[in-house]
Amino acid sequence: MSATTMLDSAAEFDVRDYLRAEMMPHFLCPGCGHGIALRALLWAVHELAIDKDRLAVVSGIGCAGRLSAYIDASTFHVTHGRPIAYATGLALARPDLHVIVITGDGDCLAIGGNHLIHACRRNLKLTCLMLNNEVYGMTGGQVSPTTSETRVTSTTPLGNSEPHFNACALAAAAGAGFVGREVTHHVPKLKELIKAGLAHPGFAFVEVMTDCTEIFGRKNEMGSSAEMVLRQKSELRPSAYRDTVDMPFAAKDLPTGILARNDRPEYGEAYRRAAVAIKSAADNPAAGRKSRQ
Amino acid sequence: MNAIETAPAASMQLISGNHACALGAIAAGCRFFAGYPITPSSEIAERLSRGLPEVDGVFVQMEDEIASIAAVIGASMGGVKAMTATSGPGFSLKQENLGYAAGAEIPCVIVNVMRGGPSTGMPTRPAQGDIMQARWGSHGDYPIIALAPASVREIYTETIRAFDLSETLRTPVVLLYDQVIAQLTETVELGDAGARGRAAAAERKWASGPRESYRPYAVDEDGIPAMSRPGAGYRVHTTGLNHAEDGFPTQNPEAVARNLGRLLAKFERHRDLIDSWQALACEDAEVVIVSIGISARAAIRAVAMCRARGVRAGLFRPVTLWPFPQAALREATAGARAVLVPELNAGQLSLEVQRILGDRPVDAIHRYNGEPITPAEIAERASSLIDTTGAGSAKAPGVRRAR
Repeated sequence: MSATTMLDSAAEFDVRDYLRAEMMPHFLCPGCGHGIALRALLWAVHELAIDKDRLAVVSGIGCAGRLSAYIDASTFHVTHGRPIAYATGLALARPDLHVIVITGDGDCLAIGGNHLIHACRRNLKLTCLMLNNEVYGMTGGQVSPTTSETRVTSTTPLGNSEPHFNACALAAAAGAGFVGREVTHHVPKLKELIKAGLAHPGFAFVEVMTDCTEIFGRKNEMGSSAEMVLRQKSELRPSAYRDTVDMPFAAKDLPTGILARNDRPEYGEAYRRAAVAIKSAADNPAAGRKSRQ
Repeated sequence: MNAIETAPAASMQLISGNHACALGAIAAGCRFFAGYPITPSSEIAERLSRGLPEVDGVFVQMEDEIASIAAVIGASMGGVKAMTATSGPGFSLKQENLGYAAGAEIPCVIVNVMRGGPSTGMPTRPAQGDIMQARWGSHGDYPIIALAPASVREIYTETIRAFDLSETLRTPVVLLYDQVIAQLTETVELGDAGARGRAAAAERKWASGPRESYRPYAVDEDGIPAMSRPGAGYRVHTTGLNHAEDGFPTQNPEAVARNLGRLLAKFERHRDLIDSWQALACEDAEVVIVSIGISARAAIRAVAMCRARGVRAGLFRPVTLWPFPQAALREATAGARAVLVPELNAGQLSLEVQRILGDRPVDAIHRYNGEPITPAEIAERASSLIDTTGAGSAKAPGVRRAR
């Protein structure tokens, strides 16, 4: 997409059409990257012309979890770590809905890690947007599974000595049909990545590197929010240089863009196809396996 | 004396309690089940894995117990009647999300087949140790309904009633029964008890009217908010945070007190619908046995044994365990000189009975060794509580423990 068409698209997209005005002002800190990610998500929804009445957003607990309340759709702010599990039930029961999960690094990879890997394996059509700010912001800045080594948090005053998860490598290894990563510095690219994820017919995992300026950046003397965003540009290499997710967990540079993709059968479709076979066997017991119901 | 319906009838089936639960769920309109294997409830999942797709429903085995109830609540938020089934360890794991369903008022049915505890306990042995967890298991204050069937046939009818109450009152309903009746096989006739014999399955109160005037937690006289189905154009927010009538989080003390106060009082005006109990031979009883599940089955026989030896015994069996039918218990025990609570735990039902009856003596048989209590044991204890010379009152004041 050329710069001109991106600007045209941006011009016709009014984020207020997708936000709940009554929930403004939002509660995010000054400089927080989550608002940028939310805007990119809604921009992607707009470009794909997804009907707001068919859009369901499920979010967990934490700063990322609060974003669902701002979206003018059917929104579900559920328990900590469980949005993927709730969304699994919702999407299986209502295949007519477009179901998006918004989660954070703690919500998705720590308390909710089991649900993530099994959703990747199951490959139900869901788009999981994980906002990675490397920290538990809502609770006051504790270390998370994605906090970089040596970083100071309110529970690693000596610097973090645990290696961090590479969330995209984890999702790809667990079999996710679509895996991508982008930074909030590149908004149009982020929008395009989310669009590709939303359009993917199976489970799509999109990691967004966002900055927690107030809680994380301040403790680690990372400068202003503008400086933190610029750091994304200098430290995170675009995927053109690396098209694989195989990398050590501690790699400083993280590739961006679409990192893994496969077209395994989507779970809901596969289940419904199998159900048709069971039903025809039940309707005609002589032809198939005998029904017990 | 066969006071719990177990009698064979015209078109009979020989099925287990767990099988009856699966059939009851489908008859009630359940079209989504998410579960995780656990003894002694797994047969419910196995039956529904086959039965649900046949009626255009969905069965999914999730990665853990928490995911199972989360998926069930998610499906119900999508407007589909949904259920999960588990046993003690899984029931413990589900508590946080059960609280979410109670607070956000999302209908769902949670079956807990009770086995020995604590912890892994005795997976294949019966217990009734989750009576208090069913009431108080999640944090904070919330209302809950728990039903305690005592026969295979009653598991079927109470599963249907669990869905009807859950949908009508927008609440999670716990179906609580022990390993014995879960895996007990009885001859039952379900035709007139099930969907074919009922006018219609209960339907959730759905939002209607223009979006502008819809407030997700606003209520009329019945105290039950109308729910909106995703896709119906209302685009509302649902949260586990304390919320106001508009569904959005609030910390405004008046708004929180108003909505939470309504929630906590929600069942009071619907007690006629909720309360269910069996009072057997209580009218002239000098000793009333209070019991549920397999212990109540033993108690029915114990009542007959007592009466055969001249002791006027009766049985009060709460079928709706929570909220406890306390007015009915007071009435059933009004003329009794003694009350006896046999139960498979260290003292849970007896605690509630003692609370309701105040200073009146309540005796108990508490067993937690994995063996059911026999009719003879109950009859012996019940008889011992009555001074057969005719003078004096009940012997044992307060709860007595016996192993």
